[in-house]
Amino acid sequence: MNNVAPKLSNEEYEANFAELHPPFTSPAATAEANRCLYCFDSPCMKACPTHIDVSTFIKKITTGNMKGSAKTILSSNWIALTCAKACPVNVLCEGACVYNAKGEEPIQIGRLQRYVVDWYVEKGMPPLFTPAPKNGKSVGIIGAGPSGLACAAELALMGYDVVIYEAREIPGGLDTHGIAPYKMKQQDSLNEVKMVQKLGVVIRTGIRIGSTMSIEELEKKHDAIFLGVGLQSATRLKIPGEELNGVTDALTFIEKVTTRKWNSVDVGKRVAVIGAGNTAIDAATEAKRLGAEKVIMIYRRSEKEMPAYKFEFELAKKDGVEFQFLTVPKNILGSKSPLGNGKVEAIECLKVELGEPDNEGRRKPKPIPGSEFQIPVDMVITSVGENIDETFLARIPNLKTQNGVVVVNSETLQATNPKYFAGGDCISGGKEVVNAAADGKRAAHGIDSFIFSSGKRAD
Amino acid sequence: MVDLSTNCGGIKSPNPFWLASAPPTNSGYQVCKAFEAGWGGAVWKTIGAPVMNVVNRYAAIDYNGQKIIGLNNIELISDRSIEINLKEIAETKKLWPDRAVVASLMVESDRQTWHDIVKRTIDSGADGIELNYGCPHGMSERGMGSAVGQVPEYCSMITEWVTEVSTIPVIVKLTPNVTDIRYPGRAAKKGGADAISLINTINTIMGVNLDTFEIEPSRGGKGGHGGYAGPAVKPIALHMVSEIARDPEINLPISAIGGVSNWRDALEFILLGSTSVQVCTAAMHYGFRIIEDIIDGLTNWMEEKGFTSLEQVRGKALPNISSFGEMDLLYKAVAHIDEKKCIQCNLCYIACEDTAHQCIDLLPKNGKKQPTVREADCVGCRLCYIVCPVENCITMIQKENSGTPKTWNELVQELPQPMTLEDLRKFQHEHGIEIH
Ligand SMILES: Cc1cc2nc3c(=O)[nH]c(=O)nc-3n(C[C@H](O)[C@H](O)[C@H](O)COP(=O)(O)OP(=O)(O)OC[C@H]3O[C@@H](n4cnc5c(N)ncnc54)[C@H](O)[C@@H]3O)c2cc1C
Ligand SMILES: Cc1cc2nc3c(=O)[nH]c(=O)nc-3n(C[C@H](O)[C@H](O)[C@H](O)COP(=O)(O)O)c2cc1C
Ligand code: SF4
Ligand code: SF4
Repeated sequence: MNNVAPKLSNEEYEANFAELHPPFTSPAATAEANRCLYCFDSPCMKACPTHIDVSTFIKKITTGNMKGSAKTILSSNWIALTCAKACPVNVLCEGACVYNAKGEEPIQIGRLQRYVVDWYVEKGMPPLFTPAPKNGKSVGIIGAGPSGLACAAELALMGYDVVIYEAREIPGGLDTHGIAPYKMKQQDSLNEVKMVQKLGVVIRTGIRIGSTMSIEELEKKHDAIFLGVGLQSATRLKIPGEELNGVTDALTFIEKVTTRKWNSVDVGKRVAVIGAGNTAIDAATEAKRLGAEKVIMIYRRSEKEMPAYKFEFELAKKDGVEFQFLTVPKNILGSKSPLGNGKVEAIECLKVELGEPDNEGRRKPKPIPGSEFQIPVDMVITSVGENIDETFLARIPNLKTQNGVVVVNSETLQATNPKYFAGGDCISGGKEVVNAAADGKRAAHGIDSFIFSSGKRAD
Repeated sequence: MVDLSTNCGGIKSPNPFWLASAPPTNSGYQVCKAFEAGWGGAVWKTIGAPVMNVVNRYAAIDYNGQKIIGLNNIELISDRSIEINLKEIAETKKLWPDRAVVASLMVESDRQTWHDIVKRTIDSGADGIELNYGCPHGMSERGMGSAVGQVPEYCSMITEWVTEVSTIPVIVKLTPNVTDIRYPGRAAKKGGADAISLINTINTIMGVNLDTFEIEPSRGGKGGHGGYAGPAVKPIALHMVSEIARDPEINLPISAIGGVSNWRDALEFILLGSTSVQVCTAAMHYGFRIIEDIIDGLTNWMEEKGFTSLEQVRGKALPNISSFGEMDLLYKAVAHIDEKKCIQCNLCYIACEDTAHQCIDLLPKNGKKQPTVREADCVGCRLCYIVCPVENCITMIQKENSGTPKTWNELVQELPQPMTLEDLRKFQHEHGIEIH
C-alpha cells in the first residue's frame, strides 16, 4: 500500500471500537423493563422475524424471573445474543413499539434482550430445555452461520442427530467474521455456538463440502441436508486496476477487523469504498476507526436510493465518512512495478445522472460524457454485492437456483431436490442475522415433517 | 420436580393461584378462559341478593407514569341471576374437574335464605363456598358485606348458619375495614369456618375534581367512598394476613388477597402463612396471561432454592415477625455512603438535615459537594437509605453492639418503674448512646 495510515495506540483502538450500545446496569434494565406496557398481541413480537414474545420476556425482567426470561427468548430465537446486539431494531421490534405512536421513545428491546442473554451466559448457560428422546434420524447442515446453527439447535431439541460441517476453522459464519466490532465481539458469537453445542449438536470445522468432503458422502450420512452456506465471492467491479496492491473486497477487510487484532490490519491513509449497502458502510466506518484520515464512499445513485439503513448512513457521517453520490469508478490508477502488482494511487471516476426507472423501478445511472475526475487514494475497498457459490450449488443434483438465490418452498424451505432445505442469505440474497435465525428454525420444522411425513412420527 | 399443588381447607387445586371473586370471574366463559391460561382456581363473582349497578364504577391512582397503583370500585355483587351463575359453575366444574371452583355468596341476614342458597350451591358441584363479609359499599348499607364483617357476633352467627348445612368447605372472606382483624377472624373460627380469606377492599375516596368539586369518579355529579385494591394495598394485606396466621386462637388455612401482581408478591404471602393466593386487580390490568409468569417465576425460585413443595415454604417468614418489645435496643447500624456510586444529588443530605438528625455533611470533593455521614451522630433511622436513588449506594452497616442484646421488655423488668427519663438516659449513656 502506498500510504498506510499510522497505527493508533491500543487505547485509541479500544475507544474507537467501543460498544455503540453498552449494556444496561441492573437498575436501568429494571426501569426500562417497567416502562414496557406489556401490550397484548404486541406489535413488537410480530415485527421480530423470529417472533420473540417480547412483552413476556420483558415482564419477566420486572419480576426478577431471569431464567424464565432467557427461556422465553431462546425458545423463539437461538441466535438471540447476536440479534440483540446487531439487529436493525429501529426497523424491526423497536420500530413497531407502541411508544412510537405515543410520540415517546420506544422500549429498548435489543438492549433488554442482551441484558437477559448476557445474564444467561454469565450463569454458565444452564440447560433450559430437555431434548426429545433420539428419533434415530440424522441431519447434516452445511455452514455454521446463524441459519445453520438455528436449524441445528431446533432439530437437536426434536431428537435428531445433527452434524454441522463448516469450511472455516472458526464457526459462527458472519456473526463471527462479519458483524462490526462496535456492535458485538466474536466471543458473543462463539458463546452462541457453545449454546448450540450444549444441545448435542456436533460441529466439524475445517470441512468444506464439495472439496474436503464430497456431496455424495454427505448424502449417505444423513436423512436430510440443510444449506446454510450464505453468500461467498464478492462481485468484481470489472474495471482496470482491480489487481493493484491496496484493492480489497469488503468482506476480506472486515473479517480481519473482527479478529480485534487492530494493529495487524493495514488501512490506507485515504480510502475509497465502492458501494453504499450496509456492508460498504461497515467497511467505511471500520476503516475510519482504524485510523484512515479520509474515507470516501462512491455510489452511482443518490442518497435517496442508497440501500443502507438510514441509521447506518448517519453513523458513517458521524464518523466523518464522505460521500460521492452519482459517481461510478472507471479505473483504478497505480504505480507501475516491475516486481508484480503496483500500488493504488488514485481512482478515476465518472459523474452520472439518473435516467428512466428500470423494471424494478430503480432509476438507471447514465454516465455523463467527459465528466471524468480523479480522487487520490491509497486503498480501494469494493462492496458491490456478494453472491451464492453457484459452482458448489450446481453440483447438488436437481438443485435449482434463480436470480442468485436457492429456490425453496416458502413454507417449508425445502429446495427443488427434496432432501435439501435451505435458509439464510443463500435464499434471500443477503438479509439480517435475525432472518437467518428464523429461516433455520422454520427449515427444521420443514425437515421434520419431510422425514416423518407419512405419519410415522410417534407424537 | 417442583409440586405446586395445594389444599386450602379441603379445597384442592393444581397450583395455589386463584382468581379472586370479582369481575374476572363473572361468568363461565371467563373462568374457563382463565383455567385455560393456567389459573389453579377461581372464586366466582359473589352471587346472591338482587342488585343494580351504576356506571363509572372504577377509578385508579397512577403514580409517576405507572398505571393503576391502586384501584377503587363501587361495583356490587353479581347482577346476573343466582340460577344462571350456578348453572355456569356446574358447567365449568365439569369441564375443569382438577381446578378449584369456589362460589362466593352474599344474601340477606336470614337463616333460611342462607340455608337455601348454600344447598343450591352444593348441588352445583362447587368445591367450596366463600362468604363475602367484605364488600364495603352498597351492600353494607343493606346490612350485608362489611356490615357483617365489622361485627364479630354477626360474623360467627352467619358462618354458623352456613356451616350447619354445608357439606363442602367454607371460607370466610374478611373486610380490612376494622381496627383489629383478629376479632372477625376468631368469630369466623367460632362459626365453624374451614379457612379464612383476606383482604377485601379498603374504604377510600379517590380524589376531588378541582374545577367542579365533584368526587372522582363522578356519577352524574355524585360520588363517594369505594373499595380500594391493587398494588397499593399489599403492605396492609401482608400485615393482616400475618395477624391471622399468628393468632393461636384462629389456626385456620389462609387464602391471601390484596395487591398480588406477580410471583414475588404471591410468595411473600405464602411465606407469611398463606395456603392459596387470590388475584383481582393485576388480572384486570393485564388479563389472565399473567398466570404464566406467576407459576414460572415461583417454580424457578423454588428450584433454585431446592424446595419441592409449598409446605416447605409456607410460613417461613412468620418466626421473624416480632413485637417492638422483643427487638434489640442495642443493635447498632449506621448509614454509609459509597462515594464511588454517589451521584451527588444530595437528597440524603437535605432529608437528614431538614427532617432527621442533621448528621450528613456536604464536604468539598473535586469541585463538588460530597455528602458524608458523621457516624458518631447517626441514629441509624434509615431515611437517607430510603431517599437515595442509586441502588446499593447507601447501606446500613451493622456496628458492633454496645453490649449484650437488650430488649424493651427486658429493660422494663430491670429499671425501676415507672421508668424515668433519667434512668433511661443512664442506660443509654452506659452503652454509648447519646441523644441530642
Ligand atoms: C459485513 C457484514 C455486516 C453485517 N452486519 C449485520 C448486522 O449488523 N446485523 C445483522 O442483522 N446482519 C448483518 N449482516 C448480515 C448477516 O451477517 C447475514 O445475513 C447472516 O450472517 C446470514 O447467515 P447465514 O447463516 O445465511 O450465512 P453466513 O453467516 O454467511 O454463514 C455461512 C457459513 O457457511 C459456511 N460455508 C459456506 N459454504 C460452505 C461449504 N461448501 N462447506 C462448508 N461450509 C460452508 C461459511 O464458511 C459460513 O461460515 C452483515 C453482513 C455482512 C457481510
Ligand atoms: C371491581 C371489583 C369488584 C369486586 N367485587 C367483589 C365481589 O363481588 N366479591 C368479593 O368478595 N370481592 C370483590 N372484590 C374484591 C376482590 O375480590 C379482592 O378482594 C380485592 O380486589 C383485593 O385484591 P387485588 O388487590 O388483587 O385486587 C372486588 C374487587 C374489585 C376491584
Ligand atoms: S431478535 Fe432482533 S428483532 Fe427480534 S426482538 Fe430481538 S432485537 Fe428485536
Ligand atoms: S410494543 Fe413496546 S411497550 Fe408494547 S410490549 Fe412491545 S416493547 Fe413493550
